[in-house]
Amino acid sequence: MNEELLEITDLEVTYGKRGFGAEPAPALKGVSLGIGAGETMGLVGESGSGKTTLGRAVLGLVPVTGGSIRYLGQDITQVDRRRRRALAAQLQVIFQDPYSSLNPSMLVEDILSEPLRAAGVPGRDARKRVNALMERVDLPAGAGRRLPREFSGGQRQRIAIARALALEPALIVCDEPVSALDMSTQIRILDLLVDIQQSTNVAYLFISHDLEVVRYVSHRVAVMFRGEIVERGDAEQVTADPSHPYTRRLLMAAPVPDPAVQAVRREERARFLAGESSAVAAS
Amino acid sequence: MTESTVLENASQTSLAGVARRGVIRRLLRDPLGIASTLLLALIALIAIFAPLIVWNDPGVSQLDKVNASPGGGFLLGGDSAGRDILSRLLVGARLTLLGGLVAAGVAAVVGVGFGLAAGYRGKWFDLVSGWVSDLVMVLPSIIVLVAMFTVTGPNAVLAMFVLGIMLAPSFFRLTRSLVIQVKRNLYVDAAKVSAISDLRIVGRHIFTVIRGPLVIHFVLITSVAIIIQSGLDFIGLGDPNVPTWGSMLQDAFRSLYLSSTAYIWPGLAIALTVASLLLLGNALRDALEDVERAPRAARKANWVAPVRSTAPTASDALLCVEDLVISYRNADGGLNRVVDGVSFEVRAGEVLGLVGESGSGKTQTALAILRLLPTGGHVAGGRIVLDGEDLAHRSQREMTSVRGRRIAYVPQEPMSNLDPTAKIGSQLTEPIRVKLGLPRREAKERALELLEQVNITNPQRVFDSYPHEISGGMAQRVLIAGAVSCDPDIIIADEPTTALDVTVQAEILDILRRLRTERNLAVLLVTHNFGVVADLCDRVVVMQTGQIVEEGVVGRIFAEPRHPYTRALMSAMLTGRPSRRERSLQEAVQ
Amino acid sequence: MILFIIKRVLAGFALLFGVSTATFALVYSGGGDIAGQLLGGDAGPEAVAAKARQLGLDQPLMAQYWHWLTHAITGDLGVSWYSSQPVLPTILQRLSVTLSIVVVALLVVTLASVTIGIVAALRRGWIDRVLQTASVIGLALPSFWVGLVLVIVFAISLRWVPATGFVPFQESPARWFASIVLPVVALGLAAASATAQQVRSAVIGVLEQDYVRTLRARGLSGTRVLWGHVLRNAAPPGLTVLSLQFISMVGGAVIIERIFAINGMGSLAVDSTLKNDIPVVVGVMVVMTVVVVLINLAIDIVNGFINPKATVAS
Repeated sequence: MNEELLEITDLEVTYGKRGFGAEPAPALKGVSLGIGAGETMGLVGESGSGKTTLGRAVLGLVPVTGGSIRYLGQDITQVDRRRRRALAAQLQVIFQDPYSSLNPSMLVEDILSEPLRAAGVPGRDARKRVNALMERVDLPAGAGRRLPREFSGGQRQRIAIARALALEPALIVCDEPVSALDMSTQIRILDLLVDIQQSTNVAYLFISHDLEVVRYVSHRVAVMFRGEIVERGDAEQVTADPSHPYTRRLLMAAPVPDPAVQAVRREERARFLAGESSAVAAS
Repeated sequence: MTESTVLENASQTSLAGVARRGVIRRLLRDPLGIASTLLLALIALIAIFAPLIVWNDPGVSQLDKVNASPGGGFLLGGDSAGRDILSRLLVGARLTLLGGLVAAGVAAVVGVGFGLAAGYRGKWFDLVSGWVSDLVMVLPSIIVLVAMFTVTGPNAVLAMFVLGIMLAPSFFRLTRSLVIQVKRNLYVDAAKVSAISDLRIVGRHIFTVIRGPLVIHFVLITSVAIIIQSGLDFIGLGDPNVPTWGSMLQDAFRSLYLSSTAYIWPGLAIALTVASLLLLGNALRDALEDVERAPRAARKANWVAPVRSTAPTASDALLCVEDLVISYRNADGGLNRVVDGVSFEVRAGEVLGLVGESGSGKTQTALAILRLLPTGGHVAGGRIVLDGEDLAHRSQREMTSVRGRRIAYVPQEPMSNLDPTAKIGSQLTEPIRVKLGLPRREAKERALELLEQVNITNPQRVFDSYPHEISGGMAQRVLIAGAVSCDPDIIIADEPTTALDVTVQAEILDILRRLRTERNLAVLLVTHNFGVVADLCDRVVVMQTGQIVEEGVVGRIFAEPRHPYTRALMSAMLTGRPSRRERSLQEAVQ
Repeated sequence: MILFIIKRVLAGFALLFGVSTATFALVYSGGGDIAGQLLGGDAGPEAVAAKARQLGLDQPLMAQYWHWLTHAITGDLGVSWYSSQPVLPTILQRLSVTLSIVVVALLVVTLASVTIGIVAALRRGWIDRVLQTASVIGLALPSFWVGLVLVIVFAISLRWVPATGFVPFQESPARWFASIVLPVVALGLAAASATAQQVRSAVIGVLEQDYVRTLRARGLSGTRVLWGHVLRNAAPPGLTVLSLQFISMVGGAVIIERIFAINGMGSLAVDSTLKNDIPVVVGVMVVMTVVVVLINLAIDIVNGFINPKATVAS
């Protein structure tokens, strides 16, 4: 990649201890990552690996303690409110939980028009844009005049996608966007995201714990473990034939929905873990 | 083609026929809500128009009416100064209500304002205002008002202003805790990403969401203020020139031995006003909760006959569920069937997967077998036969002897399923001592042994820990240890690995597999994950909207799913699909 | 745990300091021409000035406060401007009367509200509805009116108990009981209603927790889970409500003592306020705060024992 859209260099995030007895929070220990325009960068890891923190740092939702984030060459690690407003049109987000990510007391059309109005889009244009957005994500007619609670999880996630698309951003941080959804809904949301990417050339930082999901949508993949990226590369290679032991452990732990194949994988995993522990014992 | 139609149907129907119902409409459907609203409106009207209604000047004394009985133009008699009690009662509503509203208003403005700021900003502002609020909160407000009387004198409005400050901490605490809850919602983060200003986030995304409980609190605080203010007037610290219900009671109290009925009316007026405020508050709360619980539309999938590969034979089955129906009573009093005619069986030592998407009724079925359905849910039909005995109509007392020893349970969320106030050790040993009658020492030995069996490397440390001191994966092991602690024949595991990381999930599945072979344990595994099914199950039951659509041995279900819904689920799986790169290559070729 | 108690005690001292400072500042600065009022309208300006000097009122407020504070730390809260009696012993004597009513009321309220709240939470259905309605009525009736009605019915009409006065326990337990039974009922009715509702919702809240279902699924009986787990988890909110009810009953005692002509702390506060006897007013506030701090401390400690997380979290 010659010119990256987003360039993260040696990023560090350390949460201060919040009050007594607070768990030591996960941190980023010098993470570097680049995302090109129109590309999906998959970010895989387990809970506490720092993958969500990385996404939130890009969005300016957590204070960065070291390193830098550059967007089109400009440093956006620490930006003031005015710059953040300009950036809002470029960087957007889709969260995991489609229930808490939509304000229950707002109509869907108000949810969708809020970013537009904050960006100074006049009322008529905003209304037109909202209608176009709802059509784009296949929401049923009349959805705008309803409240989020009247929609299923998958449809709520469509609303969240429409909100993220409202300002035609260049990059969307997708934080586990399908992990709270039923399986049959998952694939349709993923297809929608890919379809949108192909027509708008938006880039995704796609955060997930699921290698299958990441493989399905990503061009490149980075694997995080305890605040560091332990492996990165082409999506196919990392998700099918990883080189780092942690990624291999992750791959072998995920059960395959085929009894015969899964029995084989289980054996492999047992052998692998035995090998790993004897290697530890030997060293 | 059929696959996508089935799934399309499932998602479309969830939108059907939901009407928005406002809080106000719900309030006015509740008889207590209507009654209290009307009564309050009447009292408010009286307060506003009292000077126009009364025919005797409430301030003018007539000597012949001193402590007079009702009659002669004074419908409720005269007070100790010969003034008309009825007129004073009507006019007294003015200052009494005004005082209550001023105090509650001041409390709301101060408390909500500081609460929003403290909850949203946090840090030092939260600390300082929290401390001040605690300081004000612990002082008895009446005593403060009595002491303040030396400063304010008989000034009712000023006194109510001070009372408002004294009552503000309750608003502050309520607002702050609500803000902290709401602030965690992701839509607040989404608004921040869109660079919405803090003021607008607090106004649009926080205040509008929490205003319901605040309105209810305002109503309740008004009633508290009315009682306190009347109390002050009653002990003579009010304004002697303007009648209030409290000062009228004081007057009645002074001539208690002379007038027999004067004390009734002001007290009744206060009680009625306060009672209507309280009832209004309760009705508002019910209406709000109803709206939040707005019924998800009843889903009806187009029905395709179920596929069964084996005819149910109860002969060798350990657990046999026949025609199970589970109903919930909904807010309108109607019944809602969430499970409708489900039949399956689990043989000894067998792992049966109960698979379905959300709303399929799989968890309800599992809880019904334990007879531990949430409030409102009940087994409305069918049989649950364990070793020849029907559990469906057993009493809870009788079920106690079955649970733990014959059927055990492993829940989904590990952390919320341990009592946070008790050590792991006592939570593990209590059932062992109660169910198996083991003495304390032996129960502890057994518990430590169990912890070792679920691969916990330092059993003693976990045994001595509180739940908040261990990780989620560790907690799930503890729960599995607890489930097998009294040697049950069958475990009901409700999504036992869904809340866990994949690597932990694999370990938990290994533990379940080992326990199953070692103890010949039957498992009813509720899950939505076909990977987990493939890993652990012998047979599978697929559920959709409360009914079974397909049943069969695991190999057959994966190799040749027969029911369109099962096929749709299978085809939605990502495994085996071409990756992003492969798909774009294919497209390029075409 | 020790650290937790020390922190609580320090917070209590801070509160005490804050309250005494605020009261002192408000009362002394807001009272206007105190010396003149004390002597009555006829006194000449020299006499007023002499009186002010005698009471130290001619000093700047800060100096007066410093004088008061240095004495207060040693337990000397000054003397009453009317009776010339030392303030603290007077207050303590009155406090014992008030507390004997409030503490008994608190015990009755605890017993009644916990029982009612648990029964309502467990039984639901019609019992719950009846108890809910009763508690709305209990809350709606002002304590002083309940007191009046009780006096009229039980003291004046039925003559079962004396209408007024307080008999110390040491003098005659039976007459002590007769003298406090009506005040306790009047004071406790609203508090018991409020607390019962809170206990009910706290118990229902815990009953809906996942771990309760899991404990039942292990084969523990409903009763065992209730006593062993549910009540312990429902206790912290319950105790918080009780401490707030204690505070509000201390306040309510001011009014109740009026009705039953009991010479407690409340009537002392009202009388000295009406007479502008400022050292006593300030003294009452200080002693009241000490009582409240002690009660809250006791409840925090009990809470800390019940819930190990509470000591860490706060």
